[in-house]
Amino acid sequence: MLRFCSIATIALIPALVAVSPTRGQSAQPQQPGAAASQKEAAIPRHDISGTWDPGNNGIQPLGPRNMPEDGKPEHQVPYTPLGLEVLNSHKPSNGVRSVLPGETNDPVVYCDPQGMPREDLYELRTTQIIQTPLKVFVLYEFGKIWRVVWTDGREIPKDPEPRWFGYSIGKWEDDYTFVVQTFGIDERTWVDRAGRPHSADLRVEEKFHRVDRDTLELTVTINDPKMYTKAWVALDKLPFKLEPPNFDVREMICSPSEFAEYNKIIGNPASGKGTQ
Amino acid sequence: MRNKLIAIAFGLLTVSIPLFAHHGAAAYDTSKKLALKGIVTEWFWANPHCFLRFDVKDDKGNVVHWAAEASNPSDMVNLGWSKLSFKPGDEVTVTVEPVKNGLPIGRIDQVALANGQILKGRVVF
Repeated sequence: MLRFCSIATIALIPALVAVSPTRGQSAQPQQPGAAASQKEAAIPRHDISGTWDPGNNGIQPLGPRNMPEDGKPEHQVPYTPLGLEVLNSHKPSNGVRSVLPGETNDPVVYCDPQGMPREDLYELRTTQIIQTPLKVFVLYEFGKIWRVVWTDGREIPKDPEPRWFGYSIGKWEDDYTFVVQTFGIDERTWVDRAGRPHSADLRVEEKFHRVDRDTLELTVTINDPKMYTKAWVALDKLPFKLEPPNFDVREMICSPSEFAEYNKIIGNPASGKGTQ
Repeated sequence: MRNKLIAIAFGLLTVSIPLFAHHGAAAYDTSKKLALKGIVTEWFWANPHCFLRFDVKDDKGNVVHWAAEASNPSDMVNLGWSKLSFKPGDEVTVTVEPVKNGLPIGRIDQVALANGQILKGRVVF
């Protein structure tokens, strides 16, 4: 015998879908019979987990998407004198200040880790985010590396030991916006592909905003008073699309042996540094 | 089978396909394109960039060992290339932007296979 669902039961179905105890750190329970809109019910709260694809917007060959080094005045970063001095010591192999491939001192070209914030600002590809009760893992395709963002309410350690990817803490600004602060970044990293500099005092803010079920936006702000006269926005709401859970992410590994082979056949000869 | 060097120089870059700004254009003469018919000797499918090595006979019958780069495998897969796109012995016509210093090195614009299939090179986004 068929049982008819009551209207109250039907109203609860969207609420039950929205609450997902196995994902997100602290999903807000719905009031029974609450009139959460269809749209709100479709957006998971406190949840940026998943496999996210920025498409080609994440490649950022000239520097960050919202502040490329393309010679345009509106993309001129507010350097201090020290910032400009360090910038000029960085010789990228792309962009308006580029040198020949064999002359670059870009550490990433030689397979050093990109570190933060460059992992967000160059070759940002399919990114996987995993949330656990105490921390969030961000797994990047380029370099096949991962970062940890602590969400247990801890403070940044005083004088953190420098790390390529720094030390990150995060918290929810609202139900759909996760804000991360990163400190203690090793000074050997470049901010971006263009070679923008940073000091040990760099603080990077990332805002991950879940726009809807299938869209995540990332905003990255650079704050380093030693190198820049004011904070500047490197990425402004860079959009990611949600991939299905069974999506397989490619490897992009900087292999020193493969790089040596490339340099032997292409890089050095093209730069007049030797033949094939 | 005849392998000939076919050089076609363009005074101006007329195609609308953007260039490889992704990894820098400083070494390349972006005002030229050469169409080179040759035989594949190696296909290197790896980071930082894939590259194709192929032998081309010039007008005097001398073999010139060319090497031309594409982009990284992640980019090339999206353009329909793969690790299996070429094998030694394949006949190809490779259109390249040559390096400025005159060495037989270039940046791939496209590759035409013997079966007529065209593989387009990297497009900037």
